[in-house]
Amino acid sequence: MADTGEGKKEEADYKTFHTFPLIRHTDMPEEMRVEAVELCVTACEKYTTNNESAAKMIKEMMDKKFGSSWHVVIGEGFGFEITHEVKNLLYMFFGGSLAVCVWKCS
Amino acid sequence: ELKEEFTRILKANNPYAPQNIVRYSFKKRAYKPINYVDQMAIHFSMNGNMILKDSDEGRRQSIKLSTTAAEKAPVETSAVTSEEAEIKDEDSTGDTQAAGEEEGEGSGTAEVAEAVEAVEAVEAEEPAPPRVKEQKLANRFNFIESASRTVNRPMQESACQTDPTPRKDFSATPTQWEIYDAYVEELQKIAMSKMKAKPKAQIAETEDKNKGRKLTPLESQSDDLPTFSDTAKVLERMVDQSGFDDIAQDFKYFEDASDEYRDQQGTLLPLWKFQADKTKRLAVTDISWNPKHKDLFAAGYGSYDFTKQGQGMLLVYTMKNPSFPEYIFSSESGIMCLDFHNDYPYLVAVGFYDGNVAIYNLNKATSQRSHKSSPKSGKHTEPVWQVKWQKDDIENNVNFFSISSDGRIVSWTLVKSGLVHTDIIKLSVEGTTTEGPEGLQLQNPGCGTSFDFHKEIDYLFLVGTEEGKIYKCSKFYSRQFLDVFEAHHMPVDSIRWNPYHMKVFISCSSDWTVKIWDHTIKTPMFIYNLNSAVGDVAWSPYSSTVFAAVTTDGKAHVFDLNINKYEALCTQLVVGKKKYKPTCIQFNPVYPVVIIGDERGHVTSLKLSPNLRKMPKVRR
Repeated sequence: MADTGEGKKEEADYKTFHTFPLIRHTDMPEEMRVEAVELCVTACEKYTTNNESAAKMIKEMMDKKFGSSWHVVIGEGFGFEITHEVKNLLYMFFGGSLAVCVWKCS
Repeated sequence: ELKEEFTRILKANNPYAPQNIVRYSFKKRAYKPINYVDQMAIHFSMNGNMILKDSDEGRRQSIKLSTTAAEKAPVETSAVTSEEAEIKDEDSTGDTQAAGEEEGEGSGTAEVAEAVEAVEAVEAEEPAPPRVKEQKLANRFNFIESASRTVNRPMQESACQTDPTPRKDFSATPTQWEIYDAYVEELQKIAMSKMKAKPKAQIAETEDKNKGRKLTPLESQSDDLPTFSDTAKVLERMVDQSGFDDIAQDFKYFEDASDEYRDQQGTLLPLWKFQADKTKRLAVTDISWNPKHKDLFAAGYGSYDFTKQGQGMLLVYTMKNPSFPEYIFSSESGIMCLDFHNDYPYLVAVGFYDGNVAIYNLNKATSQRSHKSSPKSGKHTEPVWQVKWQKDDIENNVNFFSISSDGRIVSWTLVKSGLVHTDIIKLSVEGTTTEGPEGLQLQNPGCGTSFDFHKEIDYLFLVGTEEGKIYKCSKFYSRQFLDVFEAHHMPVDSIRWNPYHMKVFISCSSDWTVKIWDHTIKTPMFIYNLNSAVGDVAWSPYSSTVFAAVTTDGKAHVFDLNINKYEALCTQLVVGKKKYKPTCIQFNPVYPVVIIGDERGHVTSLKLSPNLRKMPKVRR
């Protein structure tokens, strides 16, 4: 019981400590990056169960703010190889298990 | 010739008609000639407007005319004539003039018929309903064509294509374990940075964490400052020099012309004054020129006052930038002495008031000393008054000597692990012994205040003490002195060998005197009484007979033994106020400049006038 108790506590710790948005790779300029990250976090928190809606929200907002043809992928386990316009890529982790990749390519 | 007859035959055929017309026949797909050519020539043609009476148009017109004739029936004769005229008018609208006469005729006959009709119409008029007068139709066929055309500019095709936006590929594989690992790594990094971070940053970070959202960008923006620093440095110097332009000009070019009239007396022209805010309270304890860069000098700051001990500073100035030092080092205890290494001009050996010594490396960017002695490694127990670099030892390690009031002369060697010390000599006051516990005879340690090494004879050096004695020592004898000079009554502040005469050295002391010796002779060769405690004395690098001394009344004295053996060539007040006592003086190895440091942390540079710079003539 002690073990499982500890295990649970660790899990809880891990959950609380690992939820912050962790930017893995980006080449966006400062203000764009900040806005994009905020947007992703808002979207993911709003649509915790539905990745598609979250992605849709992010994509539409990015299109409006920064120009057309943004692409968004949200998931927990995937691999990707993309071509993106320089200075328009954001790849980050959020919520301990979600990975979000946002890029622009028209 | 006039009688010649020309025959002309009149034929029925048209002379202008072509004789061989060829037409292309699609049926035969060939050109085939037409045998019959039309010979008719039309000489005159005219289109007339006569209409058949019985045709539609004719009947319409006759009806129209009859209605107009019926309305005007009562006035017969005149009406008839007017009708005729009217009819004529009506009918003649649209007629060509050529046909006027014919029409007239035609209308005449029509008129007769119409007159008959009119009579009949009049009879039948009353019972007939009134006819609607037909509107006179405007002649729709009498157009005037008027056309215009705008200028059509020529069209030109022009196309261009923008550069496609730069693209880059990127790939990754986010999986659960990778995400977890990334978070763990990030947390570790944050923990590390927290431990090292300053309090401000810590507060900010904890605030952020409380909010629950912490953005931790892994990429840091590249700092453009290093690339600017060189340019900024050059600019700073330029601005500075332009600000001090007159001084720079003086430094380079000004030669005091009044020296000729001054009968061998000279002057010192004040040039730049180096001072920094941080060193306002501190006294300049030692200055030394860099052997490599002739405009670079280091000034050590500390305090001579036993009660007022604070921190110390080492500032390295360059004459090219008088307003700000090139390098700044600070230390916990006051710096008492410093020395540049001859071969490694970036190494500075420094002695402190608390007895430590240290080596500063100007090449390294940090403002910390690179090596320091400690109580464990045998630091002095009293202030270190002088340090001097020696030649590298057998293992090519740099080493230097230090002398201190605790009576020890110590050689420090810099090995990889740090500074290693070796006691060379222990000074003792001759002739006095004190009774220690258990009846031991203890030698009182003498206090060394200055020393200087011989330029050529490596092991030979002179030591000046607080009692006023000067000892001639050798590195090999650790207890015995080679010789002793009863030099002064007060502590010997400075001893210097003459750079040209190997036997001569000079010493100065707080007993107001400066003495010049030959080390083989016990008594001094020259004695100068300067009326005030002498802080420092220095030989000039360009002449074996010129030396300068500074006294605590703020004056600098420059002597040239070649010219005047008994008096100074120049005695000049060099520091601002009386209470700023100058503490050290050094000649620049290349330029005719001396720098003087004083008790208020100022370093003043002065230019020697030509009279003071005379080089001795080479004797053949």
